[in-house]
Amino acid sequence: MPRRLGLRAVALGYLVVILLAPLAMVFYRTFENGLHPVWQTLSDPDTLHAFEVTLIATGIAVPLNAVFGVLCGLAIVRRRFPGKGLLNAFIDLPLAVSPVVIGLCLYLLYAPRTGWFGSWLLGHGIQILFALPAIVLATIFVSVPFVAREVIPTLRELGNEQEQAAATLGANRWQRFWRITLPSIRWAVIYGVVLTTARCLGEYGAVAVVSGRIVGKTETATTLVEDLTLNFNTAGAYAVSLVLATIAVLVLVAMTVIRPREGAA
Amino acid sequence: MGVITTFLLVVVVLPLAALLWESKKSGVHGFWQIVSSPEAVAALELTFGAAFTVALINAVLGTITAWVLVRDDFRGKALVNAVIDLPFALPTIVAGLTLLALYGPRSPLGAHVAYTRGAIVLALCFVTLPFVVRTVQPVLLELDEEMEEAARSLGAGRLAVFRRIVLPNLLPGILSGVVLALARALGEIGSIVVISGNVPYHTEVASVFIFTQIQNGYPDYAAAVAVILLAAAFVLLLAIGALRFFATRHERA
Repeated sequence: MPRRLGLRAVALGYLVVILLAPLAMVFYRTFENGLHPVWQTLSDPDTLHAFEVTLIATGIAVPLNAVFGVLCGLAIVRRRFPGKGLLNAFIDLPLAVSPVVIGLCLYLLYAPRTGWFGSWLLGHGIQILFALPAIVLATIFVSVPFVAREVIPTLRELGNEQEQAAATLGANRWQRFWRITLPSIRWAVIYGVVLTTARCLGEYGAVAVVSGRIVGKTETATTLVEDLTLNFNTAGAYAVSLVLATIAVLVLVAMTVIRPREGAA
Repeated sequence: MGVITTFLLVVVVLPLAALLWESKKSGVHGFWQIVSSPEAVAALELTFGAAFTVALINAVLGTITAWVLVRDDFRGKALVNAVIDLPFALPTIVAGLTLLALYGPRSPLGAHVAYTRGAIVLALCFVTLPFVVRTVQPVLLELDEEMEEAARSLGAGRLAVFRRIVLPNLLPGILSGVVLALARALGEIGSIVVISGNVPYHTEVASVFIFTQIQNGYPDYAAAVAVILLAAAFVLLLAIGALRFFATRHERA
């Protein structure tokens, strides 16, 4: 059927132009001059430190957002409280607003002297802006909604009959949560965690504003990519990108494996 | 409950309050003066223009892609389906660099579009690719093909079937995808920053403008433009809420 083939060509052609061809090009460019420049960049202490900073921020943000996401999902689906509609509508705000705006918000709070808490923090010798705490706060902010968004529809479909049954059999709140609720929503939680992790590892805009991008100190993997590009170290930029892209592909595989299970659970 | 509220207050609400406070400091007049300054106007016009263009491209090509993924069948379809989510998983800065590799100064195709407005549209198409596909796909899967067959047996042409049967059913899905893409495009920075050149008045989008103003020590300028982006995000979230409300009207009735 020619019409069908035409649509297929349009859709696949678009994907190739916008997505696949550029990615293939990055692979080619990375290894264009052999493995040596790639290895040189990746074994550089500053590169390793940048990945370390990214991993620390992700390691703190993901568990916090996972716990928050589950609690928030339970509150939105199971409870009635004033402001629930508002919470439900604006839980997605961190996804809708520019990461740079989020970075600016944190900057205005914590900037030494001029920020809301600036002079107090300065007086007590605590540095948040242009240091790890700000990177962590920015990473948490941008990835707040992912787990909650996955958990909410699953909880809605689940209903609470099983929990009520458990309650009549004498299970307390903790037992009901650990034995009934959590196992039922586990794939949704895992899927949300995968999305959160991807977002945290790849966050650029908010982190770029608040980190100060001090090489070897507050540089993250993503800001390092930009700095290497600006310094015409293209091979280095591609090498770091390739590591990040590999993680992205792993995330993609995880998403593809988890999604059908999530539907089944 | 207390845990959630405290977490949200510290992580989300407090920083947003700081932004609103900062922009309130300059007053309505000051705010207007900043927002109507030529460079800010140019950045905002470019941002909204590019975002609407990209939303439109997504509405058409996203719907076609979703259609092909649901109704068409070919080898490697599962792989294509998985690849759609790649822009969600890939760090945006890597997305930008990726596009620069193929469409930049060293383009092997001779397609050097970097540092132009076209590059911005290209980058935004990349990062917003999954939205419409992923909102239309489930609707299309649920859509009963019998409706279309009935229409066809009653003599409706292909176009009539699409316009009268398929499109009305897909429209809420397409629109929510478009709104999500729009929100994402308005705030995007990572993929744009390496490929647009960030030339003021020409290829500087609002988020890059905000970034530059912070770096140069003008947080009041940054805050004023940021408030506009924040307001746009609020409006789009309300639109998504309204669409969700509309799409589930039969279930609630």
